[in-house]
Amino acid sequence: MMLAWKQAYYIARKDLKAYYLKPPLISWGLMLPVVFLLAFYLRNPSEITEVAPGLVALTLLFSTTSMAAIVITFEKRIDALERLLLAPLGMKTLIFGKGIGSSVIGASMGIFILLISVAVFGLSISGGFFLLLGMLLSAFVFAFMGLLISVAVREVFEAMTLSNFFRLPMVFLCGVFFPFESLPKVLQIVGFFLPMTYCVDLFRYCLLNQQSFLNPYLDVAALAGFNLLLFFWIDRVFRKRLREQY
Amino acid sequence: MEKQPGTSGSISSIIEAVGLSKAFGEVTAVDSVSFTVKRGELFGFLGPNGAGKTTTIRMLSGLTAPDGGRGVVDGCDVAGDPVGAKLRLGVVPESSNLYMELSATENLVYMAQLYGVPKAEWKPRAEALLRQFGLYERKDSRFQGFSRGMKRRMTIAAALVHRPRILFLDEPTTALDIMSARGLRGVIRDLKKSGVTILLTTHLIPEAEDLCDRIAIIVKGRILLTDTVAGIRHRVKETEILELSLNPLTETLIDQLKTIDGIENAAKVNEHLRLYGKTVLKEVPAIVQVLEKNRIEILSIQSLTPTLEDAFVKLTGVEADVMKVDKPQKPPGGGA
Repeated sequence: MMLAWKQAYYIARKDLKAYYLKPPLISWGLMLPVVFLLAFYLRNPSEITEVAPGLVALTLLFSTTSMAAIVITFEKRIDALERLLLAPLGMKTLIFGKGIGSSVIGASMGIFILLISVAVFGLSISGGFFLLLGMLLSAFVFAFMGLLISVAVREVFEAMTLSNFFRLPMVFLCGVFFPFESLPKVLQIVGFFLPMTYCVDLFRYCLLNQQSFLNPYLDVAALAGFNLLLFFWIDRVFRKRLREQY
Repeated sequence: MEKQPGTSGSISSIIEAVGLSKAFGEVTAVDSVSFTVKRGELFGFLGPNGAGKTTTIRMLSGLTAPDGGRGVVDGCDVAGDPVGAKLRLGVVPESSNLYMELSATENLVYMAQLYGVPKAEWKPRAEALLRQFGLYERKDSRFQGFSRGMKRRMTIAAALVHRPRILFLDEPTTALDIMSARGLRGVIRDLKKSGVTILLTTHLIPEAEDLCDRIAIIVKGRILLTDTVAGIRHRVKETEILELSLNPLTETLIDQLKTIDGIENAAKVNEHLRLYGKTVLKEVPAIVQVLEKNRIEILSIQSLTPTLEDAFVKLTGVEADVMKVDKPQKPPGGGA
């Protein structure tokens, strides 16, 4: 059991070193949310705090899924995945290890944007525990979403296309740029099935003096539930794909 | 045979394949393959591309789930305890699939971490392997910049990082230049001397002849025979071989010659025609008659002592030239 945790950590550390901690990747990953922040600030400086929680969530979503969605597809392509499959580790350890790597990079970028929002735009944090828990759970949910895509497709370009197919609707249906409660009821129902909704809602609770639509405990429970669902879903899809491939 | 307590393997055999089968859709890749490998043995799996060698290795290393049968490595049932089996094995896949972005040392340390090697041994073990495989000078270079031969050696080193007693080598010299392949065969011999049991797949008959203690010949997913190199040669001891260099050499001509009594098989080897049979030398007048009738020029004619290659051709019916064809390699950026 101890070895499994260590193996997951080593997989994550290797992924961070080999793929994620590259200057172009980090700078590109930060560029989008910084541009968004500036754009909203320049449009109306007084409203920046209103959209900041959504932008932190957006940063988390894009930076986490971007690499997670292609990491396994890429390793399949260069045969390096076979190296991991030959190693004495369980499938769940492998998935968890891959998830940690993407989550760490996503959460780091999310925290960076959060710190800018606090330092430059005067955003205040009122629920530190929920914020940290939300950051952690959301980073893993988005990493697992990326990994699910990564194990389901065969080519890197398919992974990128499919990840945008899921990410872009979430931007508009989960309260990133405008409050979730202002959405039509039908779209709200769709939004309840998307993890981003609970991530944004929890961040709004922590960063906008508890002005959230849902209960933070519900947000945490929903994010935890999505984590479990996605984790076991990846396990199932991955095993099926490997049976087809090998 | 005497059994080890708590294991299903015998004391002398360290790898057991019992009726292993695997089909991909309609195609049967491996059909009831059974064999055992003794401790310290270098066992060859010889067959043309697509014969089922890699699939068999993948089933024995826990990568592919067999449709039927079972594999046991060092007393550990592969399907029942894949993680336990993987800990006992070192596997060198067909492609050199280490991480391009990591250095030689980083790759080996990473493998040591995944295989649960104690932390204090990571670097010393990595450096010892790099010295053993002549790569120490490039220990900080990224794997991406290595030549094919260096990548193969690195991949073998990575498979040995946890000191396995069993090593699976899948087509280790494929796509290597002559010098690299020769150097790698030396490495394989040294590993055998150090007591590692090796299961090697190859489609190169001279390589199997040069390295292996015993060979299983596999064609179309089935093992045709298992024996020592000398034993296989002995099976064709009474076979006469006539090698002809002809102009032109056509498939129609080969088919015609096969109809002559006393010719059991005919195959193209290195642009020559080899005729096999117990009384083939007595048939020279009949052969010449067919050639004259077809206006074929005889450039040379000689009788040969049977080699493993001849035995392979006679016993399997597979032309030796087919065995010299390497699998297509992945484009640059791929694992190989």
